[in-house]
Amino acid sequence: MCKVKNVLLPAAILMLSLLASTTHAALYIEITKGVEVAVPVAIVPFKWKGPEPKPPQDIAEIISNNLARSGRFEPLPRKDMLARPDSDSDINFKNWRLVDSDYLVVGNIDYLGGDRYKIRFRIYDVFKGKQLDGYMMSVSGTRLRRAAHHASDIIYEVLTGEPGAFNTEVAYVTASGAGKERRYTLWVADSDGYNAQALMNSREPILSPAWSPDGKYLAYSSLEDNGHQVVFIQEVASGRRQLVSSNLGLNGAPAWSPDGKRLALSMSKDGNPEIYVIDLASKKKRRLTRHWAIDTEPAWMPDGKSIIFTSDRGGRPQLYRVPATGGKARRLTYEGNYNARAAVSPDGKKVAMIHRHNGNFRVAVLDLESGYLRVMTDGTLDESPSFAPNGSMILYATSSGTRGVLAAVSVDGRVRQRLTVQEGDVREPAWSPFNK
Amino acid sequence: MKFWAKAALAILPALLLIGCGTSGEVKEEIAGGAGEATEVTTGEGASASTRGAGEGAGMMGERMGGGAEEAAAAAAVLDPLDDPNSLLSKRVIYFDFDKSDIRSEFRDILNAHAEYLANNPSVNVTIEGHCDERGTREYNIALGERRANAIKRMLTLQGVAASQIRVISYGEERPVALGHNEEAWALNRRGVIDYQR
Repeated sequence: MCKVKNVLLPAAILMLSLLASTTHAALYIEITKGVEVAVPVAIVPFKWKGPEPKPPQDIAEIISNNLARSGRFEPLPRKDMLARPDSDSDINFKNWRLVDSDYLVVGNIDYLGGDRYKIRFRIYDVFKGKQLDGYMMSVSGTRLRRAAHHASDIIYEVLTGEPGAFNTEVAYVTASGAGKERRYTLWVADSDGYNAQALMNSREPILSPAWSPDGKYLAYSSLEDNGHQVVFIQEVASGRRQLVSSNLGLNGAPAWSPDGKRLALSMSKDGNPEIYVIDLASKKKRRLTRHWAIDTEPAWMPDGKSIIFTSDRGGRPQLYRVPATGGKARRLTYEGNYNARAAVSPDGKKVAMIHRHNGNFRVAVLDLESGYLRVMTDGTLDESPSFAPNGSMILYATSSGTRGVLAAVSVDGRVRQRLTVQEGDVREPAWSPFNK
Repeated sequence: MKFWAKAALAILPALLLIGCGTSGEVKEEIAGGAGEATEVTTGEGASASTRGAGEGAGMMGERMGGGAEEAAAAAAVLDPLDDPNSLLSKRVIYFDFDKSDIRSEFRDILNAHAEYLANNPSVNVTIEGHCDERGTREYNIALGERRANAIKRMLTLQGVAASQIRVISYGEERPVALGHNEEAWALNRRGVIDYQR
């Protein structure tokens, strides 16, 4: 099992219920480390105002699970609620002070006919006894889960001042079966693990899924051509894919430029892996590195002006930074003898990487301004860090026993979650950009 | 570019047929043609396997032809590749962590393969590079390729034609030992010489 240090919030361990929903979670999420003082909130079940049957999703439960999963909130169990007001009710704040809830969310759902629903909710500060905000949204039945994620984002932002990243998706790769039965699958699921859809199946490994900035495409590398590594771009909605790089040698580690027009990747057609940038419209390639060493795993800075990559030109893998138009590469990491696979935070201030620490491979974050490197995780073989689009969490791959699982850690290191699939190994996570 | 690749694909079966038991020059054309075709067939999914099967069948025909000639010259001479006492039966060599230097204890094995391949220019090999599970996946794919290239260099320095050798890397993706300890890692940091016959 996973080694859990400092389980500060054992009560917050959360398993998403399979029975509660028609769309099963492909990933189970549990909090393995919470903050010392998670903010207590009460999310009252949203009152159904229409005729039977009730809508297929329990909006308040989805919101509640999302807030708990962030590690920053501790939702009040329904059985402890002394009243169940909705957004048309007068609120008796005493009922919520008695159970120590700092904030209260109430709502209702109306039926608009056809497949349309109207969701209304209000957010209250219990101690001040006043409303902080109120929202209304109308959606189709198939988008109720998405609406619940959107509502979670709003509530999270009202209560923390930072945008939420619940209405997003996660791409990942699973490996299952052994020997000739080994299969690799590229998946996209909602950020809470639901609605998982297989995008690509292969007998050969799939690596490095990377989201386009508009969230519509995934680039990835695949060994499906008899072990020859090539790079594809696949449209998530249609499943249509396009081969973008299949030169002799390796073609891997794709990374979209922030404007979505270019793809940085590593190619070894010149004899050893070098960083290239391909202009997707013209297909023109620009070579950024010229060195006999391994140069791979490019990651763009958010301003699109430079690229951070892994190179062992100094003898061991370290991170370097090169202008996106080419030029001199400068070394970025000095601490330790293994720093690789950079992921840049959305604000461009931090770089997450895999860092060798006392013989273990862990996620570390380098603060670009101070130069301070902080080890964030406690695994032995952590891989593939990826920032949430709001910068709050880092998703990564780790191992639990002999299985690969996904995990996430808050950028302040205080909250940690683990995400497991029902069977097989899961690896190579990539958190999507914000849904537009 | 696309046209040439398609053209190469179209004439590939013919080249393979010519290749069976004839000169090394034609052989080089085959390698080039197959490389071009690879780029195209990948995009078309199913046809990739057709290409692989065709290539395999070509190799098979060639080897059987050679075997028949040998049998006529001297009865019951074992193909050295099939001799369990030959160094050629050893097809895997091992590497140190994050290293691609050929360790001295494996030089004799590689020398034996180099001699065999140089004397049999129609025989092709795929060299696979592999890594242990530590470190990052794409870096390990690159490291595996560097290991396979180190083996290729040893062979070509001794007269093996580059066209006889295909290099691929599986990085950490295809471990043979599933443990999470130095013993398993040492077995997984390997280069594999795979005869295409």
